[in-house]
This record gives sequence, structure tokens and C-alpha cells, in this order.
Amino acid sequence: MKPVMIAIAARGAVVLSLGLFLIAAAVVGVSPARAFDIQRVISPGGIEAWLVEDRTLPIVSARFMFPGGAATDPAGKEGLANLVSGLLDEGAGELDSEAFQRRLADQSISLSFSASLDGFSGNLKTLSRNRDEAFDLLRLAVTQPRFDARAVERIRAQVLAGLAARVNDPNRIAQQTFREAVFGDHPYSRPVSGTAESVAAITETDLRTFVARRLARSALIIGVVGDISAAELGPLLDATFGDLPERAEAFTIPRAEPDAAGEVIVVERDNPQSRVVFGHRGIYRDDPDYYAATVLNHVLGGGNFTSRLYDEVREKRGLAYSVYSYLWPLQNGAMWMGGVGTENAAVGQSIDLIRGQWANAREFAISQDELDRSKANLIGSFGLRFDNSSRIAATLVAVQFRDLGIDFLNRRNDLIAAVTLGDVKRVAAELLDPAGLTVVVVGKPDGVTATQTISEGG
Amino acid sequence: MILPFRLPAIRAMAMSLALLAPLAGAAQAQVFDPTTFVLDNGMEVVVIENHRAPVVSHMVWYKAGAADEPAGKSGIAHYLEHLMFKGTETRAPGEFSRIIADIGGRENAFTSQDYTGYFQTVAPQHLGLMMELEADRMTGLVLTDAIIEPERKVILEERRSRTDNNPRSLLSEQVAAATWLNHPYRLPIIGWAHEIEAITRADLERFYETWYAPNNAVLVVSGDVEPAAVRRLAEETYGKIPARTLPPRIRPVEPPQIAPREVVMRDTRVNQPSWSRRYLAPSYVAGDTEHAYALELLVEIFGGGATGRIYRSVVAEQALAASAGAWYSPGELDLTTFGLWFTPRPGVAIEAVRTAMDAQVATLLETGVTEDELSRAKQRLIDSAIFARDSVGGPARVFGAALTTGQTVADVEAWPDRIRAVTVDQVNAAARAVFDANRSTTGILLPAEGESRT
Repeated sequence: MKPVMIAIAARGAVVLSLGLFLIAAAVVGVSPARAFDIQRVISPGGIEAWLVEDRTLPIVSARFMFPGGAATDPAGKEGLANLVSGLLDEGAGELDSEAFQRRLADQSISLSFSASLDGFSGNLKTLSRNRDEAFDLLRLAVTQPRFDARAVERIRAQVLAGLAARVNDPNRIAQQTFREAVFGDHPYSRPVSGTAESVAAITETDLRTFVARRLARSALIIGVVGDISAAELGPLLDATFGDLPERAEAFTIPRAEPDAAGEVIVVERDNPQSRVVFGHRGIYRDDPDYYAATVLNHVLGGGNFTSRLYDEVREKRGLAYSVYSYLWPLQNGAMWMGGVGTENAAVGQSIDLIRGQWANAREFAISQDELDRSKANLIGSFGLRFDNSSRIAATLVAVQFRDLGIDFLNRRNDLIAAVTLGDVKRVAAELLDPAGLTVVVVGKPDGVTATQTISEGG
Repeated sequence: MILPFRLPAIRAMAMSLALLAPLAGAAQAQVFDPTTFVLDNGMEVVVIENHRAPVVSHMVWYKAGAADEPAGKSGIAHYLEHLMFKGTETRAPGEFSRIIADIGGRENAFTSQDYTGYFQTVAPQHLGLMMELEADRMTGLVLTDAIIEPERKVILEERRSRTDNNPRSLLSEQVAAATWLNHPYRLPIIGWAHEIEAITRADLERFYETWYAPNNAVLVVSGDVEPAAVRRLAEETYGKIPARTLPPRIRPVEPPQIAPREVVMRDTRVNQPSWSRRYLAPSYVAGDTEHAYALELLVEIFGGGATGRIYRSVVAEQALAASAGAWYSPGELDLTTFGLWFTPRPGVAIEAVRTAMDAQVATLLETGVTEDELSRAKQRLIDSAIFARDSVGGPARVFGAALTTGQTVADVEAWPDRIRAVTVDQVNAAARAVFDANRSTTGILLPAEGESRT
């Protein structure tokens, strides 16, 4: 695990931009104009990977994922998947932490792991000349992690320091409070990084159990991009992942039924600006209306500098720097989310405006002109962000995880193009629920009638 | 600096980080192999061909940033950057962004101390339109009170989000103000709130008219394009704008620093203490510039990742810090800083970690770096130049930043060779030049006295 930079504040790093980039990670894709030639590679040992061969640069990028992330953390051990993600590259096989990190550094190999609610992922990037060594280090990391006590305590300390640094971060408080209100006892309410108590409670046995249960061939999803052929990749897959157990342990995440509709929760904090998170039930990724919802959300709050929320809250009134909405389709719980940061005196006004836009879109949906323009933007911009091998590899994994089909990238723009005004109206009427929005405000807001107030220190 | 949101479904990409990486020196390569030319009006053009995907990144960088603002008016450069998205004499407010959205483009802009940049990422057939729009707002911006007043509120909200809501940012601002006695790098890019509130329309127009000119701009086009086509389009658009007489870019010079400075900030919102120290240091183009490349290697050897000396000793072996490292960004028009930082492990006093950091510095100054450390660090930096090519926007940002901070295309292209040429003696000389306590400023962030809120 690379050191986390909590304290760095180099002046050179301070570059202000006009707006945040908000990218809905659920909508993935590559250029429509360039039909990516995705090869389905099945190794001699039966391990599948999707490959985009690209010989432009002497670089190979690989991404992979095991379903079952932080949402499978045992109760009281929240943060387990995240802690494992920090430890797989901290010593494996015969190599202790320092030796392992030195091999990576000396050959300019990037290897990292991460946990999300629904999965455990890895990311490998290497120059071609170090390819075999890079995949061998990956093999060691996933099949023979050491979990040496000193390394575990070092990374645990790093995670704890990170948690402590974010305890009063208004973004974190807002997100966590929202998830606890909406998801209740469901595992999706859990913080991915855990809490000080739960991270302290994780044992070496817990770490090893996670690896034994989750890291297995049956569930493995792989995407590879770059300077490698299918014939070369096949044996490399076996060499890298062949020693993993055949089957992952089954797990069940129940479908989350969002609670707390209409609640307005104020978490009092002495900040000059209130951080607001809001949302309600959304739409699953495999719902046929997902694309209509995508277009509707783009008009409402998804478009970069052109959405209705941007126009009403920021452009016309200057009430916020950042205001947006997005679809958040987890595997077992789908939400329609949004956020805004507004000075305390104007929080009531901002929330009213947002609810008003929600209501307007529900009642009148959107115009034909808005529909056409949004579709044009979603279609035209689809390929732009995939200008590097890591992003394309991540896309290959996401498409497999969502089971969208190997032809998805070539079909995606047709799916957007097929959305009609009728589809959008139906989705707006079914899903948008201005009174049902759960709103969490972190700050000292004016003009807000709270259904629940959590005082400082509470 | 903005922190990424924690929520997995969205990713807030901070331009700051995207820009830091190449500027930190780990990204330039001999292999970008750009085509460069200058329009008749003096506008520099850099074209980097990359035909992997039908994508083009179009950027215009102005050699004007926050450090070029008149005294007492902090925030003008950034405020103007926001206003550039409003209307011009030929385009209604909002039309610019609407057109880009309609063609499926992406756009944004950014302001630093030394430059202001605007960019769009579009399919290649729209490059001409981007140039037409960008050239239009280089001269025809229309500012009225109805336009600038709501945007002032937006910027004050931006300041609250970035700075006022975040004790680390507040300390960082105070530390910058202590680091520079006289140079405008002491001022926050976004501006002090009371000065943002007082900026007038005339201030903004004066800054725009002074600095926004083709002979003060760099056009960088990266992606699926042919240089000849870029030249033709650039001549038809930017080429039509007359050059202006530019004032010299002179900033107040820092007096010699003769004593260490320290800023300690306590805040009830802080639960995790942190420490950083920066030493005044040369950039590629200011101060004792012969040390710049050696310092890039020093920061890699001393503070690079999990194998650097600081991490190995203070974090791993002595188990005092949760994380620690160093930074150095030589891409500044004037002097820069070489920084050290750490976050103590829970229960460890700041003073204990600082002592260990000081000991590492002392050892470095006594015994120097080794040939082995140097050759490993060189390999990593040189390799990083290959990874830097795996992107359309990254190389464009490298050239934009370089050409607006006093470097040349040749400097960028020679970067791997210059890294390769650095010797052990040069790294040790650079370390001795930089690690002078009397030229340092330390920032310490602590919980409020007797308080640790959870």
C-alpha cells in the first residue's frame, strides 16, 4: 500500500478548476466511433479475461475484480475488505513487505487493490519488459499474502489515521448519515473503511478468512489492455490465478429497501457552509428503463454545466459551487442521489429549489429539445474519457460485472438513442418523488425544518 | 486542493491532482515528439499526435495566474476564469457550454499561481469549432453586473467548500502566507474572502485586457489530429486576433529568509494531527536552477512512495508515523519549495516523529545518497515518461504548464536525459543547498486544546 497523503499541502498542487467533474461510474463505455475489438480469452486452465490488444505503447494494464466487497464484512469487523486491500502488496510468498515493495518500485510496476461495497478489485500496470515479473508479483499477492504482524499494524495505523482525519469531514458525515438512515441494518449502511473500533477488532484470521472466501477463480472478472496478444495472455492467466481456489464461498446480500423517505436530518457542525446530500429509491442497472433514467438524470442534475439544478441553483442564483444528481445502482440497492454545498443562510432556499426541480420534472418530465440534446451529449461524450489503457481495462471489468454482454460497448449508444419522451415521462412519474427525498444536512443551516437533529458530539 | 468524495458511485476528479503529477516532474519524456510553431501574432502552438482513439484535447493556456494580480485584489484570475464561461459580443451567456454539451464534448478550466487554462475534449471533427469559440472569448468577453454578481457568490461558496470548511486547507493557506514574505505566492489562488467581495468589474476587465492576448497564450492540441490541419484551423481563428503590448511579468522578489517560521493551528474539527515543513527551493527557472533535476531525484530517493528513506525509517522501521513523505514541484515561474510531511500514528506525539524526520535529514546531509539509490530512482523517473504517454490530456498539460512557467518544448523533451545525467555529488549538493532550517516554514495541525471530538 502506498502511503496515503493526508497532510500534504504543496502550493504547487493548488490549482482551482471551474467545476467538479462528476462521472457516474455506472455508465461505462468506450468510443462509439472506434469499435473496440474485444477478445474473449479463455486460458488453457479455463480462466476468462476480456482483452483489447493495443501495441501503441509498451504498456500492459490489467484490472480484475472479485464480487463481494465491504458489504460482506462481518458485523463488528467493518473495514475488513478495505484492510485486506491495503495488505496484499505488503509482503507475499518469500518476500517481506520491503522486498515486495522494492520489486514493484525497481521495475516501475503499479499494483494496487481496493474495496467497494460490492467488490474487491485490483489494478496492475507495467511496462512490457517487466510484464512477467509484474504478473508474478500479482500471483504472489493474491495467492500467498503474508499478513506479517508488523505490516498489518502499520497499515492498520494508516487506516485509523485516515479515519481520524475524516471524522469531521462534512462530506463523509453527510454520506454516512444518509446511508445509515436509508439502509438501516442492511450491509450497505456500513462504512467501507470501517470505524476505529471495527478496524481495531480485525484479526489476522479475519484477513486470511476473507482471502480464502472471496479470492477464487469462479468469481474472478478480468480486463486486460495493451501490448499483449491473446496467445500470450492465456498462459499468463493460468500462471497468475491458477493457484486460487476453484470456488468462492457463496454470500447473499439481501435487496435493500430504502427507508427514511421524506426525512430531513440535520447534523449540527460548526462549518460556514452546509454540506447537503439527498436521494431516494433509484433504478437497477439491469432495468430496461435504466437508459431513460440516465437521460432524465442528465437533464435534471447530471450534465456538467448545463443541468437544470446547475442552472437554477448555481448559474441563476449563485447559491452553490457544486450541485448535481446521479444514479447510484448498487447490485442490491438502487438510489437516485444528489448533493449541494451552500452557505448556512441559504440552505433552505437551495433545498426548496432542488425539490422544486424534482417536482417539475416529475410533473412535466422534460421537453423534446432537452431529450434530444441530452441524448446527443451522452452519445457524443461516451468515448471521450477512454483515452488510456487503465480506463479501458476498468471498463472491460465493469461491463462483465454488470453482465452487459461483450457487444455492449457497440450497443450502448443505440440504447441511449432509443429512449423516447414517453420512456422518460414514465420513469419520471414512477421514480421522481420530491416529498420522498431523504435529505441530510451537515452544518448550521437556516430555513430547514428537520425531522431529526443530531447535535455536535452526538 | 479538493478531496475526492468517498461515495463509490461518483468520482470527483480534482484537476489539482491531475496537474500535479506531470508537474512534479514524473511525466515528461523525450518521446512526446510534438510539432511546434508560432502564429504570426505570436501565439505559440504545440501539437501532440495520438491516433489511438478519435479524441482530441484542445487547450489554451494564458501566461497569467493568481501571482500576476495587482496587490490587494487576490482572486481576480480565478474569478475571471469563471466569467469566461459567460457571454461574448457574439455568443449569449451559457451558449458556449451549451454548444459543447450538444456535441458531446467535455470542458473545464483551471487557475494556478502562474497560469490559467481552458480546455475541451471533443471528437476530432469539432476541433475547428472549439478554436472558433475559444478565440471568440479571448477578446469579446462581455461582463455586466448581472453576470458577475451571482458568480461572485458561486466563488465564495467555492471558497467555503475548499477552504473554510476544511481546517487542513485553512492551515495550508496560513503556511503559504508565512512561507512567502513578499512574493505573491503567499496569497491563496481563490483569494481572501474580503478581497473577493471587493473585486470590481473594472478590476476584472483590466486583468482580461492586460493578459488575454494571443501573444500571451499557448495553444496545445493533443490527440487524433494532423499538425498541418491544426495550423490551418489555428490561423483561421486565433491567427486573426491582433497581438497586444504585454507588460513584463515582474513579481515582487522574496528577501533572504534568515529564520525558521512555524504556524501551529488548533481547530475543534481536527482529530488527526499532521505536520509539514517546506524549504525554499529553486524551480526549473528560478533560484539556483542547477539543482532542480537533482532535487527531483532527491525527492524520489528520500520521500518516494513506500521505498523512500522516510517511509522505510519513520513509518515502517520506527513505527512512529502512519504515513510520511516528501514533495517537490519544480514547475513554478518563481521559487518553489521542497516539502516534508507526516501524519503521526495514533498515540505518537508530533515531536517524536519530527525528531526522527530531523535525524533522517541529518543522516542524508552527513552521508549522502548512494549510487544504488540514485540509479533506481532514475529508472523510475525515466520509466514514468513512458507511462505519461498513455493518455491524451496528460501530455497536453505537461506542455501547457511548461510553456507558461518559463520552460521550452526542448526542456520538456530533454527531461529524461537531464534526469539520467544527474550524479550522486549533484544530489548531495542539492540536498545541502535546500535543507537549511533558516529557510523553512513548518505547519502543524492539532486538535483544539484539551479536546478530541469523535
